[in-house]
Amino acid sequence: MSEPLLSARDLRKTFGGVHAVDGVSLEIRPREMVALIGPNGAGKTTFYNMLSGRMKPSSGRVYFRGRDVTGLPPHAISRLGISRSFQINNIFGELTVRQNVEVALTALHRRTFRMFRPASRDRELLDEADAVLERLGLVELADTRAGVLSYGDKRLLEIAIVLATRPTMVLLDEPTAGMTPEETRRVTRLIRGLAETGEYTFLITEHDMDVVFDLAERIVVMHRGRLLAEGTAEEIRSNRAVREAYLGEEESA
Amino acid sequence: MSRHLSASTASAAAAAGRSLLGWRLGVPLILALLVAALAALPALAPYFYIFVGTEILIMGLFAASFNLIFGYTGMLSFGHAAFFGMGAYTTALLLLHFQVPLVWALLASMVTSALLAAVIGFFSVRLGEVYFAMLTLAFGMMVYAVAHQWRSFTNGSDGITGFLLRDFGLGLDLQLADPAVYYRVVLVIVVIAAAVLYLITRSSFGLILRAISENPERVAFCGVDVRRHRLAAFVIAGAFAGLAGALFAPFNRVANPDLLHWSQSAEPVLMTILGGAGYFLGPFFGAAVFVLLETWITSFTERWMLVLGIVLALLVMFFRRGVLGTLLDRMLSR
Repeated sequence: MSEPLLSARDLRKTFGGVHAVDGVSLEIRPREMVALIGPNGAGKTTFYNMLSGRMKPSSGRVYFRGRDVTGLPPHAISRLGISRSFQINNIFGELTVRQNVEVALTALHRRTFRMFRPASRDRELLDEADAVLERLGLVELADTRAGVLSYGDKRLLEIAIVLATRPTMVLLDEPTAGMTPEETRRVTRLIRGLAETGEYTFLITEHDMDVVFDLAERIVVMHRGRLLAEGTAEEIRSNRAVREAYLGEEESA
Repeated sequence: MSRHLSASTASAAAAAGRSLLGWRLGVPLILALLVAALAALPALAPYFYIFVGTEILIMGLFAASFNLIFGYTGMLSFGHAAFFGMGAYTTALLLLHFQVPLVWALLASMVTSALLAAVIGFFSVRLGEVYFAMLTLAFGMMVYAVAHQWRSFTNGSDGITGFLLRDFGLGLDLQLADPAVYYRVVLVIVVIAAAVLYLITRSSFGLILRAISENPERVAFCGVDVRRHRLAAFVIAGAFAGLAGALFAPFNRVANPDLLHWSQSAEPVLMTILGGAGYFLGPFFGAAVFVLLETWITSFTERWMLVLGIVLALLVMFFRRGVLGTLLDRMLSR
């Protein structure tokens, strides 16, 4: 068994006495596709926020490639190769689709302090941006203002931004949320295609169980800030505690 | 459904592309005509308008430097006069004590203003919108207080006067004391400075600034240290505000604490909103409208601020994109 790429050790996050994440340990090996599921309020997004530097854990450590990255700022974590998407669309609506990707590529190539050459003349970077957009089927929309894209295309664009940072570890927070069934199939296909390249390691949160069972090799279930279960799709499907956690939520809903 | 939408956005993009092609040829031509008209102003307009023109150019540069951090980076500074005043004092003091050629005084002013911006920016850019505005205002007041109180160096509320413009430097033989000559010198320097600022807004750095103004968090998650880029924009804006102040001191014949007062910090804000923060030339248009209105209105009433207030209120309510933005929208929709 190879060394873990990303590992969380006993991560905790407390908000005013409430344990949003209450001692979660998780190891993700290179090129794995792990799904993190759980009812609303289970602490998935808070867990993501700690992995990606958006929040500092109250206690516990995060290691990436064996290096302690706990509490590093988001830009530093991104540079190390962990990139994330957000549950709510998080793109640059006033910029064109291509410029959205250019922002990430400019950062990747450390050209953010180039002040005296028009960005539109950076042929190499523009070609690279188009290659990323091609991969996501967005290249026809490259010159469109991102704010007017359809909801599904906006979500794809965010994945394009994530990929443009050339991450080794990709954290996707509900990539198919709010999508039509057709868009969901498109994104699922896309993620599987990306996984097959062997360039990426994925951690995905998702509400759509079809997507989860379709994609994930390993499923981790979170409930009330703790890990409730872990296993293959089959194991999770037949796990009584998991069913109860979800049923409990449905009963109260 | 999504394909349908994509097709319609693509055709809209194509239409925008066509009009942009027209712009690509038209804009440089219009700008060249504008600069030519400005260069010819001393020969065509009454003597008085040489002073109006000089003030518009200087204030336009001041407002454009402010817009680098406001319109492009999304930070509303209420302390920009600190850098304008720093530039004015630097040039006035250098001319008074060392009789340096003007060009070196201008460059030195950019350096001192940039240094001041680096100090103020270091503490300010880490804060969110309202606190950033408040802290820049507070620093601006501190700089004003220093200029006002440090009498041995700044001559207090009287300011620095009695400095003379000798030569420009670089071996150019210019009669700077002639207002028409000084106006043309200001025109050339402002055009160069505006070109540099424009280049910065179109650069990779400029793209990052625009992205930061829209969504700093997403930029950070792309691996960009947002604070450092905000600080860099703040320092550049400070340097160009310093240049504007440096040009203003000889024109004004005095560098006094008024130039550093917080009400002076409001001027680039008002000019930029007046002209349109979304356009590079917006602040210049705003400065022109502001100075011309001020000139005309004060010639028949004392209540210039009342009229300005009404104009601004109407603009903010009905013409959010400013004078230039509204004009361009009209022309493009035709």
